[in-house]
Amino acid sequence: MIHINALTKSFGSFKALDNISLNFAKGRTVSLLGPNGSGKTTLIKSILGLVIPDKGTISINDKQIGNDWQYRSHIGYMPQIGRYPENMTIGQVIKMIKDIRKDNVQYDEELITQLGVDKISSKTMRSLSGGTRQKVSACLAFLFSPGILILDEPTAGLDPLASEILKDKIIQECNKGKLVLITSHILSDLDGITNDVVYLQDGKLIFYKSVDELQHMTSETKLNKMIASVMRNEHTKTADI
Amino acid sequence: MKTIMKYVVADLIRNKVIVVYAIILAVLSFSVLSIDENPAKGLLSLLNVTLLFVPLISILFATIYYFNSIEFIELLLAQPVRRNKVLLAEYAGLTISLSLAYLLGVGLPVMIISPNLAAITLLMSGFLLTLIFTAIALLIFVLFKDKTKGIGAAIAAAMFFTLLFDGLLLIFIYSFNEYPIDKAVLGITAFNPVDLARILMLLQLDVAVLMGYSGALFKKFLGTGTGSVYVVICMLFWVLLPLMLSVRVFRKKDL
Repeated sequence: MIHINALTKSFGSFKALDNISLNFAKGRTVSLLGPNGSGKTTLIKSILGLVIPDKGTISINDKQIGNDWQYRSHIGYMPQIGRYPENMTIGQVIKMIKDIRKDNVQYDEELITQLGVDKISSKTMRSLSGGTRQKVSACLAFLFSPGILILDEPTAGLDPLASEILKDKIIQECNKGKLVLITSHILSDLDGITNDVVYLQDGKLIFYKSVDELQHMTSETKLNKMIASVMRNEHTKTADI
Repeated sequence: MKTIMKYVVADLIRNKVIVVYAIILAVLSFSVLSIDENPAKGLLSLLNVTLLFVPLISILFATIYYFNSIEFIELLLAQPVRRNKVLLAEYAGLTISLSLAYLLGVGLPVMIISPNLAAITLLMSGFLLTLIFTAIALLIFVLFKDKTKGIGAAIAAAMFFTLLFDGLLLIFIYSFNEYPIDKAVLGITAFNPVDLARILMLLQLDVAVLMGYSGALFKKFLGTGTGSVYVVICMLFWVLLPLMLSVRVFRKKDL
C-alpha cells in the first residue's frame, strides 16, 4: 500500500532520514519507534508531502507521489500537536474539513460520539485543553474512513478512557483492511494493537519485524521488554565487532 | 481555496486585536475630523495615521498570525488540497479581515463627515498598504522557520519602509544635489510602498508644499492623472511580487 524506496532527507548537516526503504501492506498496524530525533515524524511528514525528501521515492497504491496532491484523500492524519484557529468552534473545524474533502460524503462519526466531542461542539478551540484538542484531531483523522491512517503520538495527552476508545477504534479499522501507522513513546499503549515494529535511530532503519517474530526471537510477551531485549542484543553485537 | 478563506475570515473577525484595531481607527478618525473645520487638513492627519499604523499593524499581526497557524496549515496540507491554495487562502483571509477593519474604522467616519474624491483616495491607499504589508508578512513567514526571527524581520521591514527609507533617500538627494537626479528619485520612490501611498494621496489634495520633494516631482512630471495610475500600478506590483515569491518558496518548504 505504501512503498518507500531509498528515502533520504537532511536538514542542513543533520541527516533526519538516511536511505530508508520500507513496504507497508494493508490490514496491518505498524508502529514507528525510536528515540527523540530519530526521524519518525520526518518519515510521516514525507509520506504526507509536508516534508520534501532530498532523494528516494514514495509510492502510495502504486502511484508515486510527486507534486500530486489528490493521493492525500486516501490518508487520515492525526498530528502530534493539534492547534486550530482560536475563535473557531469544534463544530466549525469539523465542518470545514468536511467542506475541504467534498469528494467524500460518507462520514465515520463513531469516534465523535464515543469521545463525546459532539456534546461540546459549540466550544471554541481556544478554550480547550490539550487532551480535548487531541480528541478533535483523532475524530478528524477517522472522519473520512481513509484507507491509510497516520497517527503521530495519538495517545499522548489522552485520558485512559479516551485512549482505550481510540485503541479499540484502531484495531477495528485495521481489521477492516486498513493500514495504520503509529508513532508512540508509550509502548504499553501499543501492546495488542500493533502487528509490526519499525525501529529507527539517527535516521537509519535498525529493524522492521513483526511482533510474532520479535516474540519468537526474545521469548518475551510485552512489547517494551521485546524492544529492550532486541536493543540489548544489537548493542552486544556491535560491541563484539 | 474559498472554503478555507471563509473560515479564516470567520475566525479573524472575532479576533480581539482586529476588533480593537478597527475601534481605535474609528475613534481617531472621528476625533481628527471633527476637531478641524477644514476637512482637507483632517484627511492629511488621517493620512499620517494610515502611513504609520497600517504598515506596522498589518505586517506584525499577519506575521504572528501566520506563525501561530503553522500547525493548522500542516493539518490542512495533510488534506487533499494544493499547497499554494492553502497559502493563498490564508493570505486572502487575513487581508480581507484587516482591510475590513481599516475600511470600517477609517472609511465610515470619513464617508460620513467629508465624502469626496480625496477621502476615497485615502481609503484606497490604506487598503493597498494592507494588501502589500500582509503579502510581505507572508514572504517573511515562508522564509523564516523560527517565529521570533520572523517577528524581528517583520519589525525591521516595517521600520525600513516607514522611517529608514526616507532617510536614505534624503542622503542620496543631498549627496547628488549637483546632478539632475529628479527622474532617478522618481524611480527610487517606487521601491517604497509607504512613499507611494503618500504620493497617491497628496496628488489628490492641493497641498504642493506638503508633498515633499518626490511628491512635487510626481506632479511636475506626470500630473495628477498619470501620476496616480503609475503609483497604483507600482503598488499592485508590491502586492504581486511578494505573493508570487512566497508561493515559489512555499512549494519547496518543509513543515
